[in-house]
Amino acid sequence: MLNVGKIEEGFVLDHIKAGKSLELYEHLQLDKLDCTVAIIKNARSAKMGKKDILKVECDIDMLDLDILAFIDHSITVNVIRNGEIQEKKELVLPNQIRNVIKCHNPRCITSIEQELPHIFYLADPEREIYRCKYCEEKYSAIAAK
Amino acid sequence: MRHLMSPLDFTTQELDKLFDLAGDIERNPGKYAHACDGKILATCFYEPSTRTRLSFESAMTRLGGRVIGFSDANSSSAAKGESVSDTIRVISCYADICAMRHPKEGAPMVAAERSGIPVINAGDGGHQHPTQTLTDLLTIRSLKGSLGGFTIGLCGDLKFGRTVHSLIHALIRYDNIRYLFISPEELRVPDYITDMLRGRGIPFREVIRLEDVMPDLDLLYMTRVQKERFFNEEDYVRLKDFYILDAQKLARAKDDMLILHPLPRVNEISVEVDDDPRAAYFKQAQYGVYVRMALILTLLELA
Repeated sequence: MLNVGKIEEGFVLDHIKAGKSLELYEHLQLDKLDCTVAIIKNARSAKMGKKDILKVECDIDMLDLDILAFIDHSITVNVIRNGEIQEKKELVLPNQIRNVIKCHNPRCITSIEQELPHIFYLADPEREIYRCKYCEEKYSAIAAK
Repeated sequence: MRHLMSPLDFTTQELDKLFDLAGDIERNPGKYAHACDGKILATCFYEPSTRTRLSFESAMTRLGGRVIGFSDANSSSAAKGESVSDTIRVISCYADICAMRHPKEGAPMVAAERSGIPVINAGDGGHQHPTQTLTDLLTIRSLKGSLGGFTIGLCGDLKFGRTVHSLIHALIRYDNIRYLFISPEELRVPDYITDMLRGRGIPFREVIRLEDVMPDLDLLYMTRVQKERFFNEEDYVRLKDFYILDAQKLARAKDDMLILHPLPRVNEISVEVDDDPRAAYFKQAQYGVYVRMALILTLLELA
């Protein structure tokens, strides 16, 4: 088994669906953070068979966990301080997401006005359905997983 | 400052107030003839719509205000590539209120976010057309006496019909209404609407033949099968004549049933029906002016 060292302060994102860690890396904009990141792909998991893990060494207020919840709220977020797990954060679906997904409705105003942000609001928390703020086009978080 | 993007932007109490005002305008037009003196309405129509635009223009003119605007995108700066956000910032310097129609869904909302004046959505693609819904509600309330306690039949294109979906959303906030959806199989009302009605325990039935339910109806809302919604001509031709309301079908209807239609009609209501006292679709157009007058006064805080 591959060994990656402990981190002092930051996050360990565990139970990421195998193969999804790079997508998370992108959405969390980790490329823009000047910090140590370990991407562990296809780690063995008793619960999932295979899973991905992301270890991020950074100040704990530097990550946007709302986006994480939107992508997959079953991910375990361990907050690390002084090398120890200090807290396990529960992820809840954000009420609004901005510029994470794009509206694909060709009749939507966002299709012709490029500078507009793509904003989706949580329309149905039970079925994890988001709708475009402008045209109400549906985006199902479950269907996309 | 308030805008109108969707018919659900107003609570039922606010709608009552709006419709009371529209009723007063109908009874005492002279009282409001100078209510908007010195005010300017901008009609920004990025796609042609004679009926809605003229209704807004008539409403503002009857209030003593003036109207400026454009009636298709080619005669506006949109043709030069100006964004809706920039256009509304400029229009805000010229007018006191704006009615906007745009082929792209959500464009009036983008305008409202950047606007210094109230914006009324006068129709955005297949999305919302709130002043049509307010017109329908005012017509029903004025001619039936209340918004509730009736059976309404919605007939024709219930799949793509924006006015029908919007009217149902607005009516479910009122009590004791039964719905009969009359459409061919291909143009049935979408599942999300029937799911919503089931979830709220609201009674409804879906039928194919208009004749079968005619005696049950207190209101019949007819719609046009819109050619632009079909990908092939063959389907359109097959379905466009599916329902034609004529004197023979109407013979089985209640004496006080009302026939509504958002207009324009093609052939779904035979012209022989126009003189029937139950035909209310031209009165509906008149109520459209009253409700737009009331709306302009309300949004300008002059009511």
